Amino acid sequence: MSTLIGGVLVLLVVASVVGWILARVVTSTSGRATVDNINTRIRAWWVMALLFATAVSAGAVVSIALFTLISFLALREFVTLVPTKASDHRVLFWSFFIVTPIQYFLIWLQWYGMFSILIPVYISILLAIRTAFAGDTDRFLERTATNQWALMICVYFVSYVPALLMLRVPGYEGQAPKLMFFLVLVVQLSDVLQYIWGKTLGRHRLAPSISPNKTWEGLIGGIASATAIGALTWWATPFSPGAAALMALVVTIMGFAGGLIMSAIKRDRGVKDYGALIGGHGGVLDRIDSLCFAAPVFFHLTRYFYVP
Amino acid sequence: MIEAMLASACKVLTGATVEWHCDPNADVQRIYFGNHSSHLDFIAIWSALPARLRRRTRPVAGRDYWERTVLRRYLATEVFRAVLIDRGASSPEEALIAARASVEGMARAIGDRDSLIVFPEGTRSHDGVIGSFKSGLYHLSRARPDVELIPVHLENLNRILPKGESLPVPMLSKVTFGAPLRVFPVEQKDAFLARSRAALLTLDPGATCLAVARSA
Repeated sequence: MSTLIGGVLVLLVVASVVGWILARVVTSTSGRATVDNINTRIRAWWVMALLFATAVSAGAVVSIALFTLISFLALREFVTLVPTKASDHRVLFWSFFIVTPIQYFLIWLQWYGMFSILIPVYISILLAIRTAFAGDTDRFLERTATNQWALMICVYFVSYVPALLMLRVPGYEGQAPKLMFFLVLVVQLSDVLQYIWGKTLGRHRLAPSISPNKTWEGLIGGIASATAIGALTWWATPFSPGAAALMALVVTIMGFAGGLIMSAIKRDRGVKDYGALIGGHGGVLDRIDSLCFAAPVFFHLTRYFYVP
Repeated sequence: MIEAMLASACKVLTGATVEWHCDPNADVQRIYFGNHSSHLDFIAIWSALPARLRRRTRPVAGRDYWERTVLRRYLATEVFRAVLIDRGASSPEEALIAARASVEGMARAIGDRDSLIVFPEGTRSHDGVIGSFKSGLYHLSRARPDVELIPVHLENLNRILPKGESLPVPMLSKVTFGAPLRVFPVEQKDAFLARSRAALLTLDPGATCLAVARSA
């Protein structure tokens, strides 16, 4: 674990130095804006990396607490953005103060059978029942679906990150925190690398109607380099180098798809960012969009192939 | 101490972004008038003020509500230093007398130092739409022409704690303080009320939710 954290620290120092040099070299007005944004992002990365590394090192309870907080903040951004009505008030109150804590409590209990179905089965049904009982049929389907999706994305999917701690891979006992670190590292690096490749080589737009900054060059370069880094980090995982590369490839593709989906929702609602909590990045949801969709797939692949 | 804790708790609960179109620290007396859709409204405005000004900004509130329990009475008198007014008159004549007394009370209460928080719609709106203003704001500004009027637009508070609900949903909100306005020497009541309501409406991005407003 200390090697992983050390590696991240080295990366951050390099990034800060590069940012410092860029700030001195770049003089054009538009270039300056980009560099300022990059440096704000790097500063935010320091805070996020230190928070995450501290939580992961401090054990399961702190890791779970961190992701509970992340889910809470993400849900808050999501719900603020979507057009809910006063008749959804009770359901939303449940989502924040009952469903979210219970989901993470189940992870702390390591109760796989309940954690994995609570929201998709029981809460989905309960939510629809409660909304029906509120007696407001205006946009009923849209509202129910929106509130269900809010919980799926912001709570259920995100909770798969600390849920990795409950996986018992033979020969890898007690090392699950490293698996969590591996996932977050690869997914977030993939985002950063896609950004860097896109900014430097990006020519061909990938999805101009959803996310004008995404390019084929950025996507391919980012996924290839993040996959390579994932493969090189195989020693921290229960995977062979080849399997680590495959896992990294899958999660980076999932992460990219997640970013695209969350951008589509933002477009639909007519906004650029979900919030403004993280300097240069936007809201919490803007930062974890890729993680949301990568975590469940990574968890289930690992569980299917490595947990007997 | 209690005051700082309450203000912080409110800021956390309502995740408020605060925007100023006037000097937040100006050492002048002001009447902050906001749109009313939630019990949280006046605390939201009060918390958004700089701590120094918060101590001398007094909300106008209904006596019937704030004197009902010991806790509310304590908060109203000791923490918020609310200017309590009587509501629920039985006849139109009585209502008129009570209204006059309230306005005089408010004008007197702020002396030469304090500011006020008022909600000129008189009652909370159900759907978040800003209703017509009651005449109190006009009479108040006539009684105290020396005091600046600041429109304050509150966004999403009706989604955080709507009318009729007692438990909050912690969505993100926004508090926008507009540019100061004053009553003109010869201005008629209706013209003034329409103008002040319009000043509040211009701060409303007209969106159903906060983020849409930020989409520029």
